[in-house]
Amino acid sequence: MRFIFKTNYAQDINIARHSGDRFWYSLLIILMLAMPLFIDDFYLGEISYVCILAIAGIGLMILSGYTGLASLGHAAFLGIGAYTHAFLLTNGIPFFASIPIVVIVSFMVGALIGIPILRLTGMYLAIATLALGFIAEHVFIKWEHFTGGNRGMPVPQPEIMGMSFYDSATFYYVCLAFLILSMFAAINILRSPTGRAFVAIRDSEIAAQSLGVNLGLYKALSFAISGAFTGLAGALLAHYIGYLAPDIFNIFLSLSLLLLIVVGGMGSLHGTVFGAIFVGYLPQLIAICRDYLPSSIGSQPGLEPMLFGLILVLFILYEPLGIYGRWVKIKLFFQLFPTYKKQTFKKQKVFTKSDRV
Amino acid sequence: MQLIQLIIDGVASGCIYGLVALGFVLIYKATETINFAQGDILMLGAFVAFSLIGVLGMDYIMGFALTVVIIAVFGFFLDAVVVRQIIGQPPFATVMLTIGIGFILRGFASIFWGTDIFSFSTPFSGKITEFNGLIISYVNLSIIIGTIILVSVLYLFFTFSRIGVAMRASSENQLAAYYMGIPVKFIFSLIWSISAATAAIAGVLLAPITLVDTSISLIGLKAFAAAVLGGFGSIPGAIVGGIIIGIVEQLCGTYENYLFEGIREISAYLVLILTLIIYPRGLFSDKAEVKKV
Repeated sequence: MRFIFKTNYAQDINIARHSGDRFWYSLLIILMLAMPLFIDDFYLGEISYVCILAIAGIGLMILSGYTGLASLGHAAFLGIGAYTHAFLLTNGIPFFASIPIVVIVSFMVGALIGIPILRLTGMYLAIATLALGFIAEHVFIKWEHFTGGNRGMPVPQPEIMGMSFYDSATFYYVCLAFLILSMFAAINILRSPTGRAFVAIRDSEIAAQSLGVNLGLYKALSFAISGAFTGLAGALLAHYIGYLAPDIFNIFLSLSLLLLIVVGGMGSLHGTVFGAIFVGYLPQLIAICRDYLPSSIGSQPGLEPMLFGLILVLFILYEPLGIYGRWVKIKLFFQLFPTYKKQTFKKQKVFTKSDRV
Repeated sequence: MQLIQLIIDGVASGCIYGLVALGFVLIYKATETINFAQGDILMLGAFVAFSLIGVLGMDYIMGFALTVVIIAVFGFFLDAVVVRQIIGQPPFATVMLTIGIGFILRGFASIFWGTDIFSFSTPFSGKITEFNGLIISYVNLSIIIGTIILVSVLYLFFTFSRIGVAMRASSENQLAAYYMGIPVKFIFSLIWSISAATAAIAGVLLAPITLVDTSISLIGLKAFAAAVLGGFGSIPGAIVGGIIIGIVEQLCGTYENYLFEGIREISAYLVLILTLIIYPRGLFSDKAEVKKV
């Protein structure tokens, strides 16, 4: 066990809690920065993709994990980000000017959608976002002037300081930089009064309201912030894909994002990275599974959704806190070594909660 | 005349939405969970019926009945084994769980039956009747009549049978029902099985129109619109909502040129969102108000 000895008030607002944190996270960042030296372009691309997924995951985590609002249509924000970015780049706006515009646009769209929709709670919200996802997908198909419709839309690959995005190392550094930035932004949002209000809303709306949290405002804000992060991820995703087609941003992508935060661990930013690694490598994992299965089953296209659903169900039932929850348990096991009790994390007995008044 | 024709077609497809929505409503009323896998259960029903009727060569009525029984048993165990475990967790968990179940069912169907499009012959296929210049196909007629019969049976069941009354009691107040000696867990599983059976009936009735493949599970999503429009938690509301959605969809499809292109596919979702924004209680909501911020 580590006991933190506080000698200074400023210690309370440090992002890193103690020297151990500082050491390990610095090591991680150095390792990530040095990554292009060790591994080849293909895997670098994969890691960039994981970074993009993690940014989108941060977005959804703020909404679902911290504010407790389910969104089944978050691929729409990825799409909005991707198309806006590609449109701006095509019209000659430089990369670093385009990204802030994308973030602002997705923030505004999130707020605009959020204000009417977030008056709903629980299930109704899930259904409404699902419907919005479908509507967005159709808008991407039909609004040909802006999105190129079913023909698709090429994404120009800009140059940064003479380095092209075609070079996977450059793209990797861009993605990594944005991931680190988003992570810092998210950490700081979540420990500000805004973030505390989100968590209060998640834990009990009535309690939050009685403490003076304006539910409608903060829910819309959460939706908008979430949209901004996801839009940013969408802009980067546009570069990763290279050619936008509307069917990329379908419900399956929305559900992959949900899988990401559930598997990673609801209510933890670490979880977004774990989940992103998981979702990013899931196709490879499935490909490996295929080899071990008899060919009559292994070659079926239905295997992917089936495993996808199975993993989701197993995590919800047996490890609701996801990979991060498992990691916390393992860490506690070693910290308390001989005295660890399984009951520490035993689920409380609960009964049906009613929304009916 | 064309308008009436459109409305009849709309009513037929609306009845399917209504039946699926009925499944949502039954489960929601009882357990306050929404079964996002309802459409996939419908798909499973259609596939099972195809296996029994199309492959094993069973009689249509026999195959239909057996399908409903199989899916009802499946629904019962789905609740008893899986869904019951997460009672009391936030709604998010149930949403994710049932979505996961839906994916498993869809994956299973495409592995077990393949991704081809199947059809099986029914006594209604290809027959039409004319009435005052209106063309009504037997398939549409079978859907409408089937819905009327099912809804009447359910109405009688909930009003007069002991189990039906016990179900209403449990959905009214679980604890009180439990104190009165009603086996609430068993009753809930039974509600899941009725709801699954409803979806299966919808699936079999729908099979001659859309044919059988994994994509028909998307009907479950449009049925949400029906359930919300009718006021989640109201059985007549689900059917009426479904019929309205069906008619709106037909009309949007025909008058697409006057509106904008592609409105047909999203009309159900537009109705859903507009309902939620303007009048989230729905048309037939009972006393259960939608909590608003």
